[in-house]
Amino acid sequence: MSANILIFIEQRSGRIVPASRQIFAVAQELSLKTGGKIHAVIAGEGIGNLTDEITPLQPDSIHVADHPELRFYRAQPYAQALCAAIKTSEAQTILFATTSLSRDLAPRLAARLKAAIATDCLEVSTENGELRIRRPMYCAKCVGTFSLATDRVQILTIRPNAYPTPVPQAGTSATIQSLDVAFSDHDLALKVVDVVSTSEGVRDVTEADIIVSGGRSLQSKENFSMLYEMAETLGAAVGASRAAVDAGFQPPSRQVGLTGKIVSPRLYLAFGIDGAIQHLAGMRGSKVIVAINTKAEAPIFSVATYGCVADLFTLAPLLTEEFRNLNGSN
Amino acid sequence: MKILTLAMQVPDSRAALKISPGGKSLETRDLKLICNPFDEFAVEQAVQLKEQRSDVEEIVVATIGAEKPNQAIRTALAMGADRGIQLCDDIFSGQDEILLAEALAAAIRLQETTFDLILCGKQAIDTDSGEFGPALAEFLDLPHVGAVVKLDISEDGTSLRAHRRIEGAEEIVECPLPALITCEKGLIEPRYPSLPNLMKAKKKPLQILAASDLPEPGCLTPGLQLLELTPPAPRPPCTFIEGPPEKMARELVKRLRDEAKVI
Ligand SMILES: Cc1cc2nc3c(=O)[nH]c(=O)nc-3n(C[C@H](O)[C@H](O)[C@H](O)COP(=O)(O)OP(=O)(O)OC[C@H]3O[C@@H](n4cnc5c(N)ncnc54)[C@H](O)[C@@H]3O)c2cc1C
Ligand SMILES: Nc1ncnc2c1ncn2[C@@H]1O[C@H](COP(=O)(O)O)[C@@H](O)[C@H]1O
Repeated sequence: MSANILIFIEQRSGRIVPASRQIFAVAQELSLKTGGKIHAVIAGEGIGNLTDEITPLQPDSIHVADHPELRFYRAQPYAQALCAAIKTSEAQTILFATTSLSRDLAPRLAARLKAAIATDCLEVSTENGELRIRRPMYCAKCVGTFSLATDRVQILTIRPNAYPTPVPQAGTSATIQSLDVAFSDHDLALKVVDVVSTSEGVRDVTEADIIVSGGRSLQSKENFSMLYEMAETLGAAVGASRAAVDAGFQPPSRQVGLTGKIVSPRLYLAFGIDGAIQHLAGMRGSKVIVAINTKAEAPIFSVATYGCVADLFTLAPLLTEEFRNLNGSN
Repeated sequence: MKILTLAMQVPDSRAALKISPGGKSLETRDLKLICNPFDEFAVEQAVQLKEQRSDVEEIVVATIGAEKPNQAIRTALAMGADRGIQLCDDIFSGQDEILLAEALAAAIRLQETTFDLILCGKQAIDTDSGEFGPALAEFLDLPHVGAVVKLDISEDGTSLRAHRRIEGAEEIVECPLPALITCEKGLIEPRYPSLPNLMKAKKKPLQILAASDLPEPGCLTPGLQLLELTPPAPRPPCTFIEGPPEKMARELVKRLRDEAKVI
């Protein structure tokens, strides 16, 4: 089998998902070891011009599945398009960024190809020609190291921000190939009726570099506006603990944790969050964690980089002010 | 309409874990096992459909695992599932969800019943892989909708409409039945099984199948091999910022900018 690598470039409404660019770092590392070629595939409708944004990341070729039926993501037609790309690229290793799309598509594709699959990998390496990955398990209380069988296609989804995006290179070129895709009625059984935004104009926690998060101790929906103000100053997203979501202070889409979203931003600020194991499961991969809590023994401090034993209602406005000053002075 | 729900047992998220010497498994002695929380959403959704509609004939719960007494089956039957199927064999104790989904698809095909709706959890809180549902749908050649936060079945029971959670948005999709969905937090609040219902659950039918009961299952060599379990990389110790609030705020922001370089 060839050691070719195929990267799935995810686009939403014509915008490439940043985490898709990061996985070029994984592909480049693997390709150095195995000599495999790096291919990319992108699917959607009217997305041909996006290849210009991918070329500087230096794939050997880009496979484009441009079709009206691919306008919205749907597992079956997308799986079909990917199968076509895998065939023409002769790829053995398929890489996705971990997103809601790949969580849905990658396992379906794995079943179709009887592939080996590992989702949400933190680290990828090769050892004696074998692919090895590390992934969090058991509420991030353990990390598992796995090897993937070499006799079949291997599918990996990579945790966003686990790898930095390689520096784009100017003046590079890649072969662009358009993929011939055709769908049966069966592939198209599912219809996307509508996509409604739940973001209320703020970034989703899974896509933010900075997250300002609040817990039950914020006491009300209104008090969260304090955190929204700070988030706006920082260009950050707002997150919440489950207790804050269950109390109705924040919508479920903002919940971070085991039954919420898994995040790994550059900076996570936790205001009045106790740090229950199920919350840590969602955010302990953040690069820098700041905890603000009145209780010095709160478990959140066990993962925090910086801790402030303080009342959030006093500290949050002061911090927003400091962040604002910083922006002003830059 | 016949509904199949999946349910599996997992260690309680609150449990402290101990990695066995050799690093290939967890110490299971004293480990509290519960029904996967996402599977409780699936079972609750099935039970509410049966309570609300006259056309739901049966709810079957299926699990795969090497251990016989199964917390997930017990919970699901007590919540209102009518009968259980358990695939019980040592070869099902591994971590390869594709292999398990293929085995379950084979077991489903053996049933006299065909299911109109299959409900799974979005992910298992032990491996967090989230692979099983979409893989099972593929093996059964059914459409699937992942991460569902709202589900409506048409009055005539031939199609579904679902809201699926994605980054910053919800997708609203429609699809004919039979279909498979995976249940996300926010879909529904599961009930607590009452003590009498837990007792009654013991009398509900449970079919136990071994791997040898299945017709030749396809690939059945694991694609994934666990080499080692390790504790997560330790985080650097916490630097506490002291002083009155104004000073604290200034100092923290300075550190974030100059030391951590994250703002
Ligand atoms: C199966 C399961 C799944 C779960 N999934 C999730 C999940 O996805 N995400 C999640 O977050 N939780 C989850 N939980 C819930 C989790 O166990 C905790 O109950 C929850 O995280 C607590 O939220 P909290 O920290 O906001 O509230 P609390 O535990 O009430 O903590 C409040 C904290 O605020 C501090 N505080 C109070 N007043 C102030 C003040 N004025 N200034 C500063 N600090 C103050 C307190 O000292 C305390 O530490 C789950 C639980 C289960 C069983
Ligand atoms: N061994 C199993 N037995 C029953 N259901 C399972 C099993 N493994 C996975 N599932 C179902 O698939 C969902 C996702 O699991 P996973 O792919 O392991 O994250 C779970 O919530 C269950 O509904």
